[in-house]
Amino acid sequence: MELQARRQNRKESRPAMSEIEKTIPIEVLRYRPEQDTEPVLQTFQVPFTDDMSVLQGLQYIKDYLDGSLSFRWSCRMAICGSCGMMVNGKPSLSCKTFLRDYYPGGLRIEALAHFPIERDLVIVMDDFIEKLESIKPYIIPKTPRALSEGEYLQTPEERDVYEQFSSCINCMLCYAACPQYGLNSKFVGPGIMALLHRYNMDSRDGGTEQRMELVHSEDGVFNCTAVGYCSEVCPKHVDPANAVNINKTESAKDYFLRFVAPKGAAK
Amino acid sequence: MSANLKRSNAPIFWLLFGAGGMLSALLGPMLVFITGIAIPLGLILSPDAMSYTHMQAFAHHWIGAGFIWVIVSLFLWHAGHRIFHSLHDVGIHAGTAAKLICYGIPLVATIVAARALITSVV
Amino acid sequence: MKPRAIGKRRPYVRPMAGWWRRNPFFVEYMIHEGTAFFVAAYALVLLVGVVRLAQGEAAWNGWLQALHSPVAIAFHLLVLVAMVYHSWTWFNIMPRTLPPIFVAGKRLSATAITSGGLAATAFASAVLLLVVWRLST
Repeated sequence: MELQARRQNRKESRPAMSEIEKTIPIEVLRYRPEQDTEPVLQTFQVPFTDDMSVLQGLQYIKDYLDGSLSFRWSCRMAICGSCGMMVNGKPSLSCKTFLRDYYPGGLRIEALAHFPIERDLVIVMDDFIEKLESIKPYIIPKTPRALSEGEYLQTPEERDVYEQFSSCINCMLCYAACPQYGLNSKFVGPGIMALLHRYNMDSRDGGTEQRMELVHSEDGVFNCTAVGYCSEVCPKHVDPANAVNINKTESAKDYFLRFVAPKGAAK
Repeated sequence: MSANLKRSNAPIFWLLFGAGGMLSALLGPMLVFITGIAIPLGLILSPDAMSYTHMQAFAHHWIGAGFIWVIVSLFLWHAGHRIFHSLHDVGIHAGTAAKLICYGIPLVATIVAARALITSVV
Repeated sequence: MKPRAIGKRRPYVRPMAGWWRRNPFFVEYMIHEGTAFFVAAYALVLLVGVVRLAQGEAAWNGWLQALHSPVAIAFHLLVLVAMVYHSWTWFNIMPRTLPPIFVAGKRLSATAITSGGLAATAFASAVLLLVVWRLST
């Protein structure tokens, strides 16, 4: 009900075409599996105002120029992580990227790199979701804890250790920025490592051992060559490259020290 | 996704890469300047600085010999590992040949340098 | 993983060929990775020197003489540029690779880590030059 009202409102408050003076060309990489053998570029002339995001540009196309254009979005305020796409070759959240910054030259929008394209700007994210599940992204208590024991207590210092890594919104921009993931999708990758590290570093958690086997493995952290672009494009300043590289050190320590103190996830 | 959970042996090569990278970042530029530019051109240092007598004396001491050995071998372990990954980056994937060249050369160089330095020390 | 093809689904996987040319960030990455070839070449020159040193005075002097050729000087100038670039990029990426370092309860900034590394290079270079100068006089 409310949504409908808002949509109505938006249409009405939209300035008439003649009032908008600026128009920007938006090139969109289209892929319609039922008709295209491979993705093709299509250009749309989009009238815009200075406050319009790239996402709003796409919504304009869908509402007024071509209703068949597919893309994911939800919150419009850089917290849901749905609207990641390549904007002029750079992995970006389209809701916090603005059309005015590409005027008058225009921009090219493509689906997030390194993922298979499902349709237009929609990618297949099954691999990411499966990896996310595999690292047990939740607190695993050190010992079973009864409800009667009350809540966990954590000092601000204990929280600071992982807080940065907990800001991840699963937008997958870091995967689109990681050539190593593009070259070998079995690599665990930046974002998942940031989350894995976030739980390992949590003082309430006791699941490190269960998570480290993947870190040490052939698909683990040593596939990373410290390109660093993942951290560069992260909209939440998670610094996933740091999580990956801290775990290289952790993994190397375990590699050699497992013989000294045979503990941990050594196999 | 079916993860290959076989433990990676990369830590060995990664540590050698890191040690060599750090050493070359700290000392590389000055070493190249000294041996490749300053001494041949007679800048700052006397051309005599790398004379046979001086170098013999330097390599004769275990510290000098150790320094040279560490520089030569770690620089190569660093470079070999990096080149190995660069080959993967350009689409030449970790084959036996790539491994043999990228890690074989540093290994052979480490042994050859050790042998030569032992000859100098003794 | 291979996406399952269900009904009209036909996920398209884009090729990776030439990926490093697509973004200036990747071009820079390939250049700093490329410094490894110069590091290797320099280490091999040193290795030859070590072997020649063990073979005696004549052999050593031959190697030392070869370093005087214009080609050798030009080669070492190139290596020097690559080596300086390696140092610069090595310490630039270091804030991303090191575990957090806390000094007086505050996390050391990326700038502090990078400048610390570059300062260490400057210091180590000065010490090395001084040692060589002392040993040779």
